[in-house]
Amino acid sequence: MTARTLYDKLWDSHLVHVARDGTALLYIDRHLVHEVTSPQAYEGLKLAGRKPWRVESVVATADHNTPTRNWEKGVAGIADSVSRLQVETLDQNIKAFGAKVYFPFLDKQQGIVHVIGPEQGATLPGMTVVCGDSHTSTHGAFGCLAFGIGTSEVEHVLATQCLVAKKTKAMRIDVEGALGTGITAKDIILAIIGKIGSAGGTGYTLEFSGSAIRALSMEGRMTVCNMSIEAGARAGMVAVDDKTIEYVKGRPFAPMGAMWDKAVPYWRTLVSDPGAKFDKVVTLDAAAIQPQVSWGTNPQMVTTIDGKVPDPSEEKDPVKREWMERALKYMDLRPNTPITEIRPDKIFIGACTNSRIEDLRAAAQVVKGRRIAPSVKLAIVVPGSGLVKVQAEQEGLDKVFAEAGFEWRQPGCSMCLGMNDDLASPGDRIASTSNRNFEGRQGPGARTHLVSPAMAAAAGIAGHFVDVRSF
Amino acid sequence: MEKFVKQEGLVAPMDRANVDTDAIIPKQYLKSIKRTGYGPNLFDEWRYLDHGEPGMDHSKRPVNKDFVLNHPRYHGATVLLARENFGCGSSREHAPWALLQHGFQAVIAPSFADIFHNNSFKNGLLLIRLDVKTVDRLFEQVHSTEGYRLAVDLEQQTVTTPGGESFKFDVDPFFKHCLLNGLDEIGLTLEHADKIKAFEARHQAAQPWLFS
Repeated sequence: MTARTLYDKLWDSHLVHVARDGTALLYIDRHLVHEVTSPQAYEGLKLAGRKPWRVESVVATADHNTPTRNWEKGVAGIADSVSRLQVETLDQNIKAFGAKVYFPFLDKQQGIVHVIGPEQGATLPGMTVVCGDSHTSTHGAFGCLAFGIGTSEVEHVLATQCLVAKKTKAMRIDVEGALGTGITAKDIILAIIGKIGSAGGTGYTLEFSGSAIRALSMEGRMTVCNMSIEAGARAGMVAVDDKTIEYVKGRPFAPMGAMWDKAVPYWRTLVSDPGAKFDKVVTLDAAAIQPQVSWGTNPQMVTTIDGKVPDPSEEKDPVKREWMERALKYMDLRPNTPITEIRPDKIFIGACTNSRIEDLRAAAQVVKGRRIAPSVKLAIVVPGSGLVKVQAEQEGLDKVFAEAGFEWRQPGCSMCLGMNDDLASPGDRIASTSNRNFEGRQGPGARTHLVSPAMAAAAGIAGHFVDVRSF
Repeated sequence: MEKFVKQEGLVAPMDRANVDTDAIIPKQYLKSIKRTGYGPNLFDEWRYLDHGEPGMDHSKRPVNKDFVLNHPRYHGATVLLARENFGCGSSREHAPWALLQHGFQAVIAPSFADIFHNNSFKNGLLLIRLDVKTVDRLFEQVHSTEGYRLAVDLEQQTVTTPGGESFKFDVDPFFKHCLLNGLDEIGLTLEHADKIKAFEARHQAAQPWLFS
């Protein structure tokens, strides 16, 4: 048999039908649903008189619009009536159509959909996982084929359990060697995007491999896969190994007993065969990766902590030059400014990229016994889920953050995209552990610098970006 | 879905690379539970001088006269000419909804982001990939010629300039078929319901833990 990539295996094992032109019907195992991209899909089902094909595949939560404060006020605490209606509409739709499990707003296990899927064992190796959210690529960390879909596709999956899809090309990204001290998964993925560009992965499914990826925890692998879409790829994945299986074991929706014993040998096959063909291979030297800080309005506009804001006048391509000039104007940055002279006035630690326990531990370690700089107007820590929050509190991290001047919030997407009231103000400069630094992403006129949790924490203490390794 | 067969229309230039979906439709408008009403908020942050919120009367907001779509010569445009990696970022289908509801029926660019590409075709917004050089030339022509129009023929897969010059473009045959006929994709898939059921039975036998 020909050697197959992990992507080939996942694709082949979910193929329902292939038309003559190569268009495939792909079976979907897990459908994650949240309040923003689902209402029109459920409405479409209703209008057509259709029912969900397999309700048991649906795991739902409200995360984008939910506030991170004032939970004691209940649903009425969602000040914006439009947001509140969207959250209530999800309640009604799940009530009407059903789900395997639903973690509504205020539930102790509610959280960011991409944090709770793995945490609950609702994301299992070998699955196809979709969600009306581009950061669904996160679940690829478990050896899943996981990608974001639009609302029409949400409706399509609800109605048919399938997606109409075409196989993409495959790219392997090898990160070989040992990471330096203080270098994290976030620095790896930002370095990858800096190297291949924000459209470098368009038309590809990524597989992250190499000794540095193997050495990452599952949390770290999720951070890497999360930002596949920022490299243009809908899906990114990591092969199954002992860490994957160890992470899944004992989680609420993971198989148990005889079923577990049957699943594990299959999961162990979820690796690319030796000699499997990739359309493209990119290699990075882990030891050369430095702490990353984005300077522009697209994740590929990133450099190292010891670097400088680039000079557009040195760019030959006029389209690119114009793009850089526009970004610098929006970011209010001058060419050749050292990154360490950039002074964020807000700090956001959270988002589906970096809100898991390991992320919070890394940030807490940096801020312990210190205080945020007087120039920092707001520093918030938003755990990825209710369970992450409880665990962090058991470890005393909430107190460490509070003593350092950070606000400890309730879980949700929060300031990653500011659909709730954690909206940044025009002109704010944010050191953010989220995944996108687009114009207006965190609030109209707000300026985002993407960094790792430790780097965000250190910037909060120093009042400017600083190399966490010498901090 | 609306059919798309032929379209001849005014062209508006969006001369920037990597236009992301946060720019196409900012997040505050994603709070709506409807499929319609997004047209006035296409490129909201670039198009208006104030900050917009759902529920506002957008016709009364101060307009950014420097923004290209606000130039009177591009009013009524149905073809958007754009640069590389158009539609990158989030999976929000509100992006093609906003473009369509503003009046665009086709977007021409050297490349598009993958999720945006799928979302557009599912809503009848035709995305046309032309090479960078051709797109450069079209930009020059749009900038220099007021009232510049292009004819798009999906059946023939051509874009034709007022001067009669014609460019071929590639389109996924399945998307083409659906667009030409305005087909409901869910209905098409459900024609394979027996195959889905048969697959499901095999899948359950092989990986029973997925169904427990």
